[in-house]
Formats: sequence, C-alpha cells, structure tokens
Amino acid sequence: MAETVESRLRVPATAKKGEIIDIKTLISHPMVSGQAKDASGKTIPRDIINTFTCTYNGKQVFAMKLEPAISSNPYISFPVRVDASGTFDFQWVDDNGQVYKDSAPITVS
Amino acid sequence: MIPIYIRRRDALVLAGRGTALAVAACLFPQRAWATPADAQAALAALGGGAPQPGKVTIGAPEIAENGNTVPIVIDVDSPMTDASYVKTILVVADGNPLPGVARFDLSPANGRAHVEFRIRLAQTENITAVAVMNDGSKYSATKNIKVTIGGCGG
Repeated sequence: MAETVESRLRVPATAKKGEIIDIKTLISHPMVSGQAKDASGKTIPRDIINTFTCTYNGKQVFAMKLEPAISSNPYISFPVRVDASGTFDFQWVDDNGQVYKDSAPITVS
Repeated sequence: MIPIYIRRRDALVLAGRGTALAVAACLFPQRAWATPADAQAALAALGGGAPQPGKVTIGAPEIAENGNTVPIVIDVDSPMTDASYVKTILVVADGNPLPGVARFDLSPANGRAHVEFRIRLAQTENITAVAVMNDGSKYSATKNIKVTIGGCGG
C-alpha cells in the first residue's frame, strides 16, 4: 500500500515568535474498519492508521490514537505555539506497521 | 431507542439477503452496535472519578448527511500554560460497532486546546468528548448528531 499512500500538509512558512499556528494534515489511506465482509462473507481485515504524532524540533507536541471510527483519508488539524525556527516532523503508523513520514520547515521571527 | 436498533438491524439482514454487493459495500453489516454502557466503559478506562459537564465544546453538524465523514471540532476552555493545561481528550460514540473514536495527547506547546478531525457514524447517535486536565480533573460534553445515511452506504 505504501506506493498509494500520500500525505499533505499545511504549515505556515513563517510566523512570529509566540504565535499559535494551525497545522492541517491529510493522508490518503483507506482506513479499512475491519467491520465489512467481502462477497464470500469473510471479514476484510482491519487496516487503519492507528497512531499519528507530530514533533517540533524533536519534541512531541501532538499525538493521536485513531480507531476504526475515523474516516478514510484521515484529516487532522491542531494548533502549536511556535517559539523558534525549525522543523515539524509528522509520522503516521498503520496496522501493518507501515510508517509514513512527512516534514515541514518554519521560519520564526 | 431499542425498537429503532432492531428495525435497523432487520433492515441490514434483509439488505444482506438481497445482494452480496450491498453487504460488501457496507461498513458495518449485521453487527451488534455499541451501547451507551459500552461508551461509558470506554470512558471509565481513563480512571479517576466521573467527569463534570462543561469546558468542552463539540462542534459538529446537527444533521450529517453522510455518516462516512462527519467533521468534528473539539475545543476545551483552558489557558494551556504549564500550570494548567489539557493533557488528554478522549472521544467515544455510543452507536457505532465499537465505542472508541480517538484519543489526543496535548501539552502547553499547543497554545490552545483545539482539534479537528472527521469520523464515521453508523447511525444517529451521541458522541462524548472527555478532557483530562493536568491536575487530573475531567470535563465532558455530549452531542447528538443525526445521520441521514449511516457510514454504511444504506
């Protein structure tokens, strides 16, 4: 599945020191709930993104545990107060242990 | 409440007999739904006492036309300083096959206690958000969301 999973980020390129910015993330993932059955009546195994974390200059600033009730292509948005220029690193992990990573820089003045 | 569940379940069984495709497309076929008691049990896993009402705001449509993707915004009234901040937000739904929805870990680094995400709802049901503060106190809010088409294609 790795080849079809793509993440998209919206992080401001610049911000003032102490400003609270909004980060928006989206990742294309089917989030197979494990509740559906295929045509022969067999349960389709669960495959969801179960963990999302965001670190800012190496320090975790946000984490989310996702359940099958989260929609496919999970969209997650949250605020972060920025005090220094640096990098946001994002990581999504799915039930198969696949890890998807993305990052975005920010310049703080 | 109960007669509605039974009617819906019967309808799903009939749909299952009708076409295999309909079942394959259905996210939540022929499964027992979680109950409000299950949702409470999931919240009890947080430990501590019962949450007090207040401080938490759930933003969601009154009526969700498509249960597959219902936008949810949760705000918690907190200064988000080292002295007082929201540590965890837990969200449960009482009418999905499983009660759990999401858990968020926040810190003073967030500046505001605010999260946005999208969820699946199988039917008209209540969602509850509980915020755990750094001092261990808990606050909650519940919102009923009417679902026109469940996250089930039918």
